[in-house]
Amino acid sequence: MITHSENPAIEVHDATVSYNRRPVLWSVDATVPQGKMVAIVGPNGAGKSTLLKSMMGLVPLASGHIEFFGKALDDVRGRVSYMPQREAVDWDFPTSVFDVVLMGRYGKLGLFKRPRAADKQVAMECLKKVGMEQFAERQISRLSGGQQQRVFLARALAQDADIYLMDEPFAGVDAATEATILQLLAEMRSVGKTIVVVHHDLQAVAQSFDWVLLLNLRLVASGPIAEVLTEKLLQETYGGKLNLLAEVSQILHEEKKKSREKRKV
Amino acid sequence: MDPNFRYSVLGAMLLGAGAAAIGCFAFLKKQSLVGDAVAHAVLPGICVGFLLAGTKSTLALFAGALVTGWLSLEAIRIIRQRTRLKEDAAIAIVLSVFFGAGILLLTMIQHSDNAQQAGLDKFLFGKAASLVEEDVQIFAVMTAIIFVLLYLFYKEFKIAAFDPQFSKSIGLPMRLIDFLQMALIVVAVVAGIQAVGVVLMAAMLITPAATARYWTNSLPKMIGLAVSMGVVAAVAGVAFSTVAPKIPTGPSIVLAATFLFAASLVLAPERGVMARAARHRRNYIRMQDENVLKTLYHLGEESGDFLKSWTEKEILARRKMPPVFLKNSLRRLRRQGFLKESAGAWTLTPEGKRRGARVTKLHRLWEVYLTKYVNIAHDHVHDDAENMEHVLTPELEERLEQLLEFPGTDPHDKTIPY
Repeated sequence: MITHSENPAIEVHDATVSYNRRPVLWSVDATVPQGKMVAIVGPNGAGKSTLLKSMMGLVPLASGHIEFFGKALDDVRGRVSYMPQREAVDWDFPTSVFDVVLMGRYGKLGLFKRPRAADKQVAMECLKKVGMEQFAERQISRLSGGQQQRVFLARALAQDADIYLMDEPFAGVDAATEATILQLLAEMRSVGKTIVVVHHDLQAVAQSFDWVLLLNLRLVASGPIAEVLTEKLLQETYGGKLNLLAEVSQILHEEKKKSREKRKV
Repeated sequence: MDPNFRYSVLGAMLLGAGAAAIGCFAFLKKQSLVGDAVAHAVLPGICVGFLLAGTKSTLALFAGALVTGWLSLEAIRIIRQRTRLKEDAAIAIVLSVFFGAGILLLTMIQHSDNAQQAGLDKFLFGKAASLVEEDVQIFAVMTAIIFVLLYLFYKEFKIAAFDPQFSKSIGLPMRLIDFLQMALIVVAVVAGIQAVGVVLMAAMLITPAATARYWTNSLPKMIGLAVSMGVVAAVAGVAFSTVAPKIPTGPSIVLAATFLFAASLVLAPERGVMARAARHRRNYIRMQDENVLKTLYHLGEESGDFLKSWTEKEILARRKMPPVFLKNSLRRLRRQGFLKESAGAWTLTPEGKRRGARVTKLHRLWEVYLTKYVNIAHDHVHDDAENMEHVLTPELEERLEQLLEFPGTDPHDKTIPY
């Protein structure tokens, strides 16, 4: 059941991604409506992060293409913000909370230019929005998981984009941080921003989001929450047994391994 | 001053500074071994450069070094992407193959009758003691190139090292940035190997960065410190090998850098071994003291009189610990005003009773929490509570109280004091 939206923020056309010839996303065809909170949901290894990364060109598409506001990413890069998973960076890096948030301005600065006073002001305001202004000078290794996510969120806010792609912003956060982040996302939506979030908590998705993409190697369903979060579709997404697609994917992977081993002999 | 000595010192300082600065980024990207691979991989390039130019023209040697340095990184990348080998194996293979090829070429050149080749072998182990003015000029240019480019691309290098995915997502030209960084490592290596040699070059890139990281949490300060360490090590190394002429300069520079590293490892505040041990010891002492106060509180509870005096023997009978520890602890607590002593017997002061009660409370609250919320049997919760009673912060204490709604007793039916 795939519902498409008119005049979408993001349009994914027949996107296929493989790692080492092993497909991790099969022919995903989806649209993300503008000004909505959209959740990408699916079991572990379903390709949720990969879908976000392929949107940002961080992993190559084997086929298909992706458009933002009907244009290629390079034409609208300044309007798209990407927040990686918390684990993607080394939190022992010698830098402060404020410096990390300031990185959100780098995309607007271009090569060689240093952040100006105005950029610093934006960064500070964003830190305030996530309730971390008193931590501005703190070394980032001395933050809790929830504080790290807030810092990442502040950096995304500092990008001042129209579309926000966030990879598991709720992973490892305490209840207070979850509430803060959800409230911020709702505020962003109310001024027309489009927010796409990889999320694990189905209940939270049902309560706070507008639109959902159910993913398990392929797009199982996509559309408004009420239509998509049905038992049948969830069963299809999370269904206990390996589905056929996963098995085929596994076979392709094994084949490759075998042929490589043969070559080695 | 002996001009020879002056050139050695100047040359070594320049190399130390440049290598340390760019080394910081290799270190932070966790590519320390990549620096080593590049250092080894420039040797065949230098030989090919010499063979093509027919002379030891710096430009030719440098161009050759840049090409093979870049090739080695590409080889590592391809091996990682196309095979199941991990990065360490890829680096080991590439490093040894390139270095082997370099030695092969070098031996061939040395056995040819090209008179120009004399001195090429210095690239292998360095020649810091015999640097001349021209060498120093070249070093100065190379070091200047490193610093200017680092200054220009500081922002990009920093974000690329911290968060490569985000950097790519905002459209930074990551391939260019990676290539530039590699090129700067090659520049530092080409300058450096003439002083310390290929084999020891990795130490000049990484050791100052690793040393500086111990002292600061700020990247600009870290780079500044690493550069200072590189310079100090260079000067110390050259000075040492001048005093003891049998000691070669390159190795003594590296030893000086290693000495600075070892000293930082031990002495640095916060991250150093001694600071960590001191922190550990402070915590341990605090736990000891809290345990003594808790024991006195328990004795008070059981006897119904919190202001009763107890001898050391009585305390030890209630809680086992080495008698010396108890003596020290009692004396410390008296000094801090938690205990009073008269005629060898010890009494809690009001502050001492309060603190003993708090530790007891935290212990019992945690036991309630574990049995109620974590479903641990009540006879298994004591040991964990022994630790948590010293760790729980006032904020957590408050949250526990609210979550458990101020329970009256713990799972062993002991009263929880508030």
